Amino acid sequence: MPPITVTQDLVLAVAELSQLNIDGADIDGYAADMTKVLALVEQMHGVDTSDIAPMSNPTDASQQLRADEVTEPDQRERFQAIAPETDGGFYLVPRVVE
Amino acid sequence: MQDWEIVIGLEIHTQLKTKSKIFSGASTDFGAAPNTQACAIDLGFPGVLPTVNTRVYEKAVAFGLGIGATINLTSVFDRKNYFYPDSPKGYQITQLETPIVVGGSVDVVLKDGSVKTIQVTRAHLEEDAGKSMHEDYHGQTGIDLNRAGTPLLEIVSEPDMRSAEEAVAYARYIHQLVTYLGVSDGDMSQGSLRCDANVSIRPMGTEALGTRTETKNVNSFRFLERAINYEVERQIAVLESGGRIRQETRLYDSDKDETRPMRSKETATDYRYFPEPDLLPVHITQDYIDAVRQQMPELPAAKIQRFVRDYALNEADAQVLASTVALADYFETVARVGGDGKLAANWVRVELLGQMNRESLTPSAESLGAISLSANALGMLLARIKDGTISGKIAKTVFAALWHGEATDPDTYIATQGLTQVSNSDELAPIVDGVIANNPQQAAQYREGKTKLMGFFVGQVMQQTAGKANPQQVSELVQQRLLD
Repeated sequence: MPPITVTQDLVLAVAELSQLNIDGADIDGYAADMTKVLALVEQMHGVDTSDIAPMSNPTDASQQLRADEVTEPDQRERFQAIAPETDGGFYLVPRVVE
Repeated sequence: MQDWEIVIGLEIHTQLKTKSKIFSGASTDFGAAPNTQACAIDLGFPGVLPTVNTRVYEKAVAFGLGIGATINLTSVFDRKNYFYPDSPKGYQITQLETPIVVGGSVDVVLKDGSVKTIQVTRAHLEEDAGKSMHEDYHGQTGIDLNRAGTPLLEIVSEPDMRSAEEAVAYARYIHQLVTYLGVSDGDMSQGSLRCDANVSIRPMGTEALGTRTETKNVNSFRFLERAINYEVERQIAVLESGGRIRQETRLYDSDKDETRPMRSKETATDYRYFPEPDLLPVHITQDYIDAVRQQMPELPAAKIQRFVRDYALNEADAQVLASTVALADYFETVARVGGDGKLAANWVRVELLGQMNRESLTPSAESLGAISLSANALGMLLARIKDGTISGKIAKTVFAALWHGEATDPDTYIATQGLTQVSNSDELAPIVDGVIANNPQQAAQYREGKTKLMGFFVGQVMQQTAGKANPQQVSELVQQRLLD
């Protein structure tokens, strides 16, 4: 694959997807940095991995399964004591509607 | 006008029937006070680690075996990142690359009796999110995280369905299967089964798939049918007016009976999936799979076939009676005690289900367990029809008494109410003679060949005996007396 050059528009699109509010003056700097990062990824693409199985975990161990039992008591009061805002048992957050 | 072919694939989220959550020991009971079943793991506190509930694996494997799928001996959890307050961790743990269940298929029977095979792509384990309440919090949103971490099996179909009817038949089949297997309680009013419908249309006879939309979170079969039909009409209208379909996620609004856009795929978040670092891959063995298979109950299709074969039922009756495990068990008890499968099928279908339907009861294990009329009592009642103790008509009276809890034992009720059928000719003959004597005109007409009047005479005798006369016996007597 040819090296990717990150444009200003791409930086803005990624910023939107990442929910980041970035300063217009920084866009060129981000574009240059991201281009370098992608160049490094391109360099790694050069390694032949055709006969290597994808690894999801560095150990060979298997996840132990837990019995289906209720072990957690209700600790709502303790958790809500450190919540910014609650009402009638609900955690309150800024309004979110899709 | 262009002919369009409809292409539908479904993603069905089913809540697994477990005591505790998939990654924590918090309870999954429905209806608890908000956030009383959300522990530090569900809340995404720093430093906590998930553990995997063994029961979710049993259930996922049972489902996979139920659809003839491949069970992956190694499955891997992945992290799907998104930012929304109903998921405090900032990600959902799911299975992307290596799900537990791959492939499989189900055969669904359509209204015209034809059978359609729907391929299943995969089924993977994941956790549910919490609930957001947008009303009543003065411009803020209230979050209840009791549901966060509830185990889900997401069942993804191939785009094999060609109509809303097929999609509903498939969803119903999956619902029946997961309920049969005890994988889920299947209670749709509590969100135990939720469908996302991927819908696209293409000119009839073409191969390339059209741009699809995904309609989210449809929680009843009726709404599923309506949502798909609405979406198909909308897409046809857009394309026929020269527009183009946007690939987007839409929400079905059952109040307005319409779908509306939620978010466009073009600006959708990249979920940055990666293998879940807090969990190791899960390895299971063939022995484990075999053990799960041993525990599996008879599946709906096999039960229907057996009912048709062993009780000489027609397919439609068998399907109704096998619709839930509880109803099928009830029917089989009635058939065994009553000694007649066809009679049992008839009474369970017409009388029992009719009565339940009038009282808005579904044939679930709960409601069949709660009604006064036990399967044993209904079977005994049918045995009394079979041996001629009572007529079918009187049996309905006894049925009503048993249903309303006025009696529990049919024999006692029949005896105390004096409902035993009169089959004794010596007892019936004087009554028959009296009816003939009182209706000379009808008697004359009968003798002249108007044999349809038999019903009249039998009816008169039944009236005089309060329905207790054996109608067969009465008609023989009437014939004998009139024609001799």
